[in-house]
Amino acid sequence: MKKIIRILIAKPGLDGHDRGAKYVARALKDAGYEVIYTGIRQTPEAIVKTAIQEDVDFVGLSLLSGAHNELFPKVARLLREQQADDIIVLGGGVIPDADIPQLKASGIETIFTPGTPITDVIQFIEANRERVSR
Amino acid sequence: MPESKHIEDRRKSWESGIVKKVTDKNPERKKEFMTGSWIPVERVHLPSITTDTEYSEKLGFPGEYPFTRGVQPTMYRGRFWTMRQYAGFGTAEESNERYKFLMSQGQTGLSIAFDLPTQIGYDSDDPHSEGEVGKVGVAIDTLKDMEILFNGIPLDKVSTSMTINAPAAVLLAMYIAVAEKQGVSRQDINGTIQNDILKEYMARGTYIFPPKPSLRLITNIFEYCAKEVPKWNTISISGYHIREAGSTAVQEVAFTLADGIEYVKTAIKAGMDVDAFADRLSFFFNSHNDLLEEVAKFRAARRVWARIMKEKFHAKSPKSMMLRFHTQTGGSTLTAQQPDNNIVRVAIQTLAAVLGGTQSLHTNSRDEALGLPTEDAVRIALRTQQIVAYESGVTNSIDPLAGSYLVEDLTDKIESEVWKYIDKIEEFGGMVRAIENGFVQKEIQDAAYKYQREVESGERVIMGVNKFTVKQETPKEILTVDPELRNIQIRKIGEVRKTRNSEAVKSYLDELRNGAKHPEVNLMPLILDAVREYATLGEICNVLREEFGEYQESIVL
Repeated sequence: MKKIIRILIAKPGLDGHDRGAKYVARALKDAGYEVIYTGIRQTPEAIVKTAIQEDVDFVGLSLLSGAHNELFPKVARLLREQQADDIIVLGGGVIPDADIPQLKASGIETIFTPGTPITDVIQFIEANRERVSR
Repeated sequence: MPESKHIEDRRKSWESGIVKKVTDKNPERKKEFMTGSWIPVERVHLPSITTDTEYSEKLGFPGEYPFTRGVQPTMYRGRFWTMRQYAGFGTAEESNERYKFLMSQGQTGLSIAFDLPTQIGYDSDDPHSEGEVGKVGVAIDTLKDMEILFNGIPLDKVSTSMTINAPAAVLLAMYIAVAEKQGVSRQDINGTIQNDILKEYMARGTYIFPPKPSLRLITNIFEYCAKEVPKWNTISISGYHIREAGSTAVQEVAFTLADGIEYVKTAIKAGMDVDAFADRLSFFFNSHNDLLEEVAKFRAARRVWARIMKEKFHAKSPKSMMLRFHTQTGGSTLTAQQPDNNIVRVAIQTLAAVLGGTQSLHTNSRDEALGLPTEDAVRIALRTQQIVAYESGVTNSIDPLAGSYLVEDLTDKIESEVWKYIDKIEEFGGMVRAIENGFVQKEIQDAAYKYQREVESGERVIMGVNKFTVKQETPKEILTVDPELRNIQIRKIGEVRKTRNSEAVKSYLDELRNGAKHPEVNLMPLILDAVREYATLGEICNVLREEFGEYQESIVL
């Protein structure tokens, strides 16, 4: 039987723009994944705690306020510190192209920028199914 | 046989005659045509207002009840709307420079964007502020920052709009204190605070306290300003963010006016006379791409609010019935792809706002789906307003789309749909209940989901995103904020803490705490005392957090 993939969609920082995060959460749910949504204004610590407690395979971080350079790497770092870096972290939001290389270097697997079709996100998850199923 | 029946008959024979002949051969592009918010539109619309009585009831004249055609008797023939670009980033020094630039370019009012820690009542050195200081607006920790922000800007000469909600009382107090230092009386200052907490719970997210104490703070501001700051717009009841969160045009108006109803009810319950504060209520709407639907939306909003104030709250002054509003073009309509296309979108949205009779307008910059707007992009955005004002000619006659069969039908349709929502929210027991229940959030989300699904399927065309795409070009220039900024702010707070009178700060914070415990006390003067002594925003909000508690989001998915 195919493993059911669990995904946490999370809003770190103080940004209240949750339209994108909620859309992705609902669309992934409709695509057959188990999705948990944190709600807005979560600290990186709280996100990591939820990710571990809920035993998720992916964490999707959404930020539109410009705090991604600080907060995305922090989530990845805290996961590593908790030996939970088998969880794949991805990001989305208003993220300038110039910031993407350093985010990837800090442990964010991929970044989806505005206008990305949901099928791209699903493709990414499926391409990594093997990795999280081990 | 009345004239309209005759036209209806002719329409039928037109449809079954030449229309059928053409469509049999060349079908239309779609089976059904709809506005951007899914209101069906017909092939042609026919006159719906046919008698003088209907005209008077539905439209009237500009400056007269029900204000469908506008709130002022001369509108833009008298003077144009206020061109007010929302701006602010980084430190108070940097933002002050941007304001002076905008004013040198012909902007006629200021609009302050605060960073998220300021909007949520955290000082820059609070752990919650990590990564967010100075990002989406200017960082304000103490009166000192506010003094720098308005340095060289005479507060008796400008009108200032501040996008601040949960801590609105604190920022208003700081503004009053800066004015006093400039020698300007609070009786003479002019501006707006957003101060609209209900839409924060449902769409925008910068809440602090639960609804009850939040509504108390809002009423405290109404009362204080009615006496002390008479030219101040004490609230800007906002549909903008509801629409950005994905609502339809109808929901935008309905939920905004339902919020308005809640505020009016609360103030009346606190013992205020409706005509003592209602003329200081202002509104804030979005302007999206569906030009005619948007124009109808603004007209319908004015008509419904006038009826609410007159019939539900028995206001007597016509000023209490006027829906005056600010507009911002739709941020969520901007695309990161082919960003120059956004200039065209903003131009259409500007026309919609102006044809809809807005009192002030912010036009978005083409690069805002990528990051903070550059100076060049802001200039084009402002020029867009100026071109519509000075060159397009749409400002020469008031409400020029009145009498368009389609626009009048859409206005009526939006009005009737808005009333249905308002009734439904009343059934819940008002807006606070409807939010706690999750009803409003769910309605918005369902619309947002449907919209995005249409974009994904290509049914809804977004130029450059799902049609006529090109390989993504990298944008030339993006404005970024110095990550060192937080440390600069932290140093500034440190200096203020060293030089202020800490005894006085402590005693004013104690008085505030004591006042918070007693619901009959107006907190505004107490906050003003604390601010004058350089108590920080965070210190003031933390006292209130301890007394009032914090709101917990009800997550609806």
